[in-house]
Amino acid sequence: MRTGRASWVRLRTALLWLVLLAAMATLSLYASAYTVIMVTNILLYVILTMSWVLFSAPTGYISLATAAFFGVGIYTAAILGEQLPLPLVILTAGLASFCLAALVGALTLRLKGVYFAFFTFGLVELIKYLLLWYEVNITGVRGRFVVFADNFTIYYIILGILVALLLTSYLIRRSRIGLALQSIGEAEDAAAHIGINVSAVKTIVFAISAVFVGAAGAAMATRWTYVDPYMAFDYTYSFTAIAMAVFGGLGRFEGPILGAVVFAFLRELLITQFAYVYMLVMGTVLVVTILYLPQGLVQLAQIPLWRKLRGKREPA
Amino acid sequence: MNLLEVEGITKHFGGLAAVSRADLQVGEGEVVGLIGPNGAGKTTLFNLLSGALKPDSGTVRFRAEDITGLKPHTICRKGVARTFQSVKVFGRMTASQNVLVGALFGDRSGMSAKQTGEEVAGLLEFVGLSAVAGVPAKDLTLVNQKRLEVARALASKPELLLIDELMAGLNPTEVAQAMDLVAAIRKQGTTIFIIEHVMKAIMSICDRIIVLHHGEKIAEGTPQEIATSRTVVEVYLGE
Repeated sequence: MRTGRASWVRLRTALLWLVLLAAMATLSLYASAYTVIMVTNILLYVILTMSWVLFSAPTGYISLATAAFFGVGIYTAAILGEQLPLPLVILTAGLASFCLAALVGALTLRLKGVYFAFFTFGLVELIKYLLLWYEVNITGVRGRFVVFADNFTIYYIILGILVALLLTSYLIRRSRIGLALQSIGEAEDAAAHIGINVSAVKTIVFAISAVFVGAAGAAMATRWTYVDPYMAFDYTYSFTAIAMAVFGGLGRFEGPILGAVVFAFLRELLITQFAYVYMLVMGTVLVVTILYLPQGLVQLAQIPLWRKLRGKREPA
Repeated sequence: MNLLEVEGITKHFGGLAAVSRADLQVGEGEVVGLIGPNGAGKTTLFNLLSGALKPDSGTVRFRAEDITGLKPHTICRKGVARTFQSVKVFGRMTASQNVLVGALFGDRSGMSAKQTGEEVAGLLEFVGLSAVAGVPAKDLTLVNQKRLEVARALASKPELLLIDELMAGLNPTEVAQAMDLVAAIRKQGTTIFIIEHVMKAIMSICDRIIVLHHGEKIAEGTPQEIATSRTVVEVYLGE
């Protein structure tokens, strides 16, 4: 009976994801331009959050480099946007972020805890000011214009990146590499001594997680049409990704997705409707969530009342 | 033939010589004990052997191959596994997942998924943890966590097993069980190099004992010789 129920749950979950994907894929047919732009924004945050989760959640290495990879993607689009077709620009941006992350990872992943967080934070600022110096002194411009792409194209590119990211995350979680990442997070010394090449595993997954952020950066740049180093390397992206992940809950695969969606939607709503109290409400929501749902929004699903309503199918 | 040969190995922490020009050998099939007062450099020596630390000078040879300064994961895959003095289990992973990591990453034989599963179950049974296979490692008792570390290390199919204080903090019954476990591992053909403070245990399970004091090897011999050695009694065992 139990295996029957388990496979039913799996089937139901798979169906749910498929329906969701179908709804997303056909969004342009039934939604207004405003909705498409808003959903694009939300999906962007899901990408930033899930990329962060891919590496930082199992290993416990708190990366603040999200904004750096995002900015690299944005500037790849700004520099190559006129020379290359859009898909190639996106791919190049992903590759550029991959290379940066691999380099940074190889150099710094021996740093533990707060040192790693500080380094990655410094990386964002370092690249920002190096770029600014370069632009002002060498190229003589402060910002750049990016070739424009229409909203629907951007939406589908972002959706494509997200689907690729979720598949990658899912596969990594279920693979040997996922087990290795988890071991590293639990006891890195022991992981190394039991045959895991910890430096290689950490560097590779860190670099893979950067690909999606870079690609998303390039896609978003084509919507903003003008970028400068301050916009592109804005460290709030790094913090937002972490806040969304914790808000949703790191314990389950769906947690950070839920967190990013709710968080981003709430923000959009507040900015457009209640601009004056936006920060106040956001802050309150975050504080209340952390206090009463320390495991994030997914904890709501485990409240006893719900279980009762759903019937006594679950063993006590 | 000597499985492990260490020559003139030295490690300084600042001005302190934690291990100083130590020479030692461990022969195939032997159980060798490493004893000494606290701070004698026993765990540091293990760290030098397993690759956790790089020695300042000296060489470590395993099966006549120089493994000095290699990374821990490489040394593990060559056939040297270890346990830790302060237990380092993968806390939120289940007991069987802990062992699975050893089988997947440490073992070079490339088993199928089914074989690996049987291997993991077999090892849990061997150390007496079958009943708690699905329990997160952090929820196990200290003695079970220590056994789990042994099972995880064995999953990498080591030829040499370094055991760092298996019996500290255990009650007499548990110590007896741990001694049986060591004997059973030896019976399977694994060579054992063990740090231990429980004298009764070390005297009865070891073929040979090495005594470290202030990072230097001050004595070596059969348990009988060590128990009666003047130097050892003075620095360690007490009058």
